[in-house]
Amino acid sequence: MATGFSADIEAADATSDAQAQVEPHRFLRAVRGNRKAVAGVVILLVIAFAAAFPGLIAPDDPQATIYPPNLLPSWNHLLGTTQLGQDVFSQLIWSTRLTLWVTLIVSVIATFLSMIVGVTAAYAGGVTDRVLTVVTDVFLILPVLPLLILLASYLPPGVTSLVLVLCITSWAFQARQLRSQGLSVRSRDFLVSARVRGERPMYIILVEIVPTMTSLLAASFLALAVYIVGFAASLQFLGLGNSSELMWGTMLYNAQQAAALEAGNPWWALGPGAAVALLGAGFALLNYAFDEIGNPALRPVRRGKRGRAAA
Amino acid sequence: MRYLARRGGLFLVTLWAALTVNFIIPRVMPGNEAAAVLGSFRGVNPAALHALEIQFGVNTHRGLVASYFVYLHNLATGQFGVTAQGVPVMTEISSKLPWTLGLVGVTTVIAFAIGTIVGVASAWWRGGRLDGILPPTLFIVSSVPVFFVGLLLIYVFAVKLGWFPLGSNYSLGATPTPTPSFAWDVLDHAFLPALSLVIVTAGLWVYSMRNNMITTIAEDYVKTARAKGLTDRRIMFDYAARNAILPNLTGFAMQLGYVIGGAIVIEYLFSYPGLGYLFYTASTDHDLPLMQGLFLFYTIAVLVCVLIADLITAVLDPRTREA
Repeated sequence: MATGFSADIEAADATSDAQAQVEPHRFLRAVRGNRKAVAGVVILLVIAFAAAFPGLIAPDDPQATIYPPNLLPSWNHLLGTTQLGQDVFSQLIWSTRLTLWVTLIVSVIATFLSMIVGVTAAYAGGVTDRVLTVVTDVFLILPVLPLLILLASYLPPGVTSLVLVLCITSWAFQARQLRSQGLSVRSRDFLVSARVRGERPMYIILVEIVPTMTSLLAASFLALAVYIVGFAASLQFLGLGNSSELMWGTMLYNAQQAAALEAGNPWWALGPGAAVALLGAGFALLNYAFDEIGNPALRPVRRGKRGRAAA
Repeated sequence: MRYLARRGGLFLVTLWAALTVNFIIPRVMPGNEAAAVLGSFRGVNPAALHALEIQFGVNTHRGLVASYFVYLHNLATGQFGVTAQGVPVMTEISSKLPWTLGLVGVTTVIAFAIGTIVGVASAWWRGGRLDGILPPTLFIVSSVPVFFVGLLLIYVFAVKLGWFPLGSNYSLGATPTPTPSFAWDVLDHAFLPALSLVIVTAGLWVYSMRNNMITTIAEDYVKTARAKGLTDRRIMFDYAARNAILPNLTGFAMQLGYVIGGAIVIEYLFSYPGLGYLFYTASTDHDLPLMQGLFLFYTIAVLVCVLIADLITAVLDPRTREA
């Protein structure tokens, strides 16, 4: 107890450089101490491993139609085979890579878009702010999935179209949050001094404002990833993907077209469905834990401790 | 009043944006999708086809601006175009609307009620066992894709156990009559899709409700109520929850767009012939006029709900009237 206390004082007395080094360390400790965070990280690591080394887990060619069709799960075919005689487990593992790529790319781009819109609105103020806020609000109200389907219908089916339409439609909610954060730092001294120094607006936004919101940006990224996983799969499930590209959503579409649930190879549909749910859950757990770490008010209150404090 | 004027302004701007999106998309998207699609519209009456050509920017000799105003004029006079079969889009939509309204309307109200009650209770007994289990569970479940929940329910309760039908809105061969047996048949078919939607959407409102409630409980008037010695139940519902629910009403309306998306996927999965299934068939048939009509319809539905929520908020919360 005593050592921990003095360590805290030392940390407080240390220079700002030293503090910067302590921060990520503390953050990692907080992540390790949070069960939801650990669960999220483990799930994402497993999925990332499958995406990186699919051949190690499933040596079969996922597209080869070399087995008897519609087999039930067995040791040779963990999730059975498709109507065309492809191994479902191999398809599932080999689909991980593209699915994860699309999720990550769209989440990064959409976070970046929301940052640009939100921070620009907050920093510029006036007419620019009002216009950007209205555009954001409009995108928040427009029903997302119908808009996605509509946009996708005009484009050739495939990953590029998928990434494009998801980026266009998914930035608004985070932009609104980043705008409020931007407004809260707008009149701080360091921004006033940057303006007095005569820095250009782009410099101020990127170098002065954005670094103050790293944790919010990370949270935005995680929240977006949860939605992107679901929306990408939904869009492909509805037949707006390219069914020859190996992704969980296109597997679901193919399974649904072959009525896999009723035809006796249910894992053809349930497998990719579960995979999508698991990837979403991984991001959601991490996002949830992130909120708890960053905002102590949300942390579960421990009954025992409170009792002791009151006594 | 300024609050309502601002929200009314947003209503108009969003409506205009949706109309304009419909007008612009066919013109900015690469390729010649619209021309190809309209080219296949045989047997559609020439006047209707001409209106579609103006809307989609195919074969028109008018300029962009002129086309835009003709398009707006057509919409204002109730001409929402025709489907590939030559049926007016609005006729098609209104014939499928009751099924979706029944399914989505009922499930959304149930899900909102569940989310609100759990939010109130978990904030009231904050840190208790209920608070530790229900909100995180609902939150995690709400991030599970709706099709996975639907697939599981179909597999377990329809394929394996045979308790419910696989899909559709009523049994093949049944005639829609106002009899108890037909009503039972409809409920039987609606149960699994409804359950999937409730499971996935109940979590949407738990956290905002819980956080509003926590803020409200800390207010002075709640302390006063406690000091007066009112019963817990009265403080919880009449003092705290009643005020905490106000911001959530707008949240309710704002989430409808998300609920609509879930309903499209669920109607497709269960072959439930409502608007969502119509949207799916329109997209596989590349029936662009029908898709755009549906998109517009969905947007207006969400906007009307947002406006109603705003009106209720303005009536119930005097602070919004002053601001």
